[in-house]
Amino acid sequence: MARKSSRDRMTNEINAGAMADIAFLLLIFFLVTTTIVEDRGILVRLPPWSDEEPDITQLNERNVFSILVNAQNQLLVRGEPARVSDLRERAKEFIMNPLDDPTLAESPRRAIISLKNDRGTNYQTYLEIYNEIMGAYNELRDDLSRQLFGSIYENLNVDQRREIREEIPMIISEAEPTEFGDEG
Amino acid sequence: MSRFRKKRGKSSPAIQTASLPDIIFMLLFFFMVVTVLRDAEIIVQVTTPEATELTSLERKSLVNYIYIGRPVQRYQHIYGTSPRIQLGDAIREPHDIRFFIEEHRLRVPENQIPAITSSLRVDGQVTMGIVTDVKTELRKVEQYKVNYSARPRID
Repeated sequence: MARKSSRDRMTNEINAGAMADIAFLLLIFFLVTTTIVEDRGILVRLPPWSDEEPDITQLNERNVFSILVNAQNQLLVRGEPARVSDLRERAKEFIMNPLDDPTLAESPRRAIISLKNDRGTNYQTYLEIYNEIMGAYNELRDDLSRQLFGSIYENLNVDQRREIREEIPMIISEAEPTEFGDEG
Repeated sequence: MSRFRKKRGKSSPAIQTASLPDIIFMLLFFFMVVTVLRDAEIIVQVTTPEATELTSLERKSLVNYIYIGRPVQRYQHIYGTSPRIQLGDAIREPHDIRFFIEEHRLRVPENQIPAITSSLRVDGQVTMGIVTDVKTELRKVEQYKVNYSARPRID
């Protein structure tokens, strides 16, 4: 050993092959113990709790886009039966009112989406409806952003976003659900 | 010259394995970053609905999870078959949400409390009754930021 020349010592490397084994072990441990969480969803802001119900009857009827859902997951949009798939286009038309229809919203700032469901409504239906409303607003905001700033809403800076939000505020009012069809 | 030739002929040189750990470590770090530790045993069955307008939640430490769904087969003899609420790793009632949120607030710095998000992981087939009860409780404890967990829709 002592007679080993300096040249020999330099070519002697630390065997790093075992390091890979250790790293593999850790890797497998993390693979097994973790799950890739699909942490995505529809982000909403709930209204503060108050004991009395907000009274939407005082609002001008043309500014309210009412959606009722019963326990059979059927929709009633502004008094008429409707389908979820039509909701997005109808909401967009209602909010922007491009033809100045006197039955639709005066301006996007005044448009209110009113959503009322039953305790027996499926959560899936509820979320689909919510998704369509969010989709309508997102598309409108994107359109306006492109018009004003030449880029979609997501890419705007804070001030520009605020401007868009003031122009097209998202006002969704949820009434307390009716209690016809809840399961035990 | 002759010595040089002799050495080459003896055996083929070993493959350099020194960079192998680096590659593996890279993989390891990737998995460590993209995954979170499984925090709770799933007692209720949750299949979230599909949606298109999704936002991803960023800071995991500021998110708490509320599961709503029917108990899985293994726990049906204890908790029944109707939809229940799971907080952490136990079945709870709606009025327990208050403590659940308060407890989470204690764990985060004070200035970040308004950024706390409740992620509702609700089964698509559950009716709105129980979801409304949870929402009401959240509103009562002033926990307004809510995420309805959903899967991206593949068209």
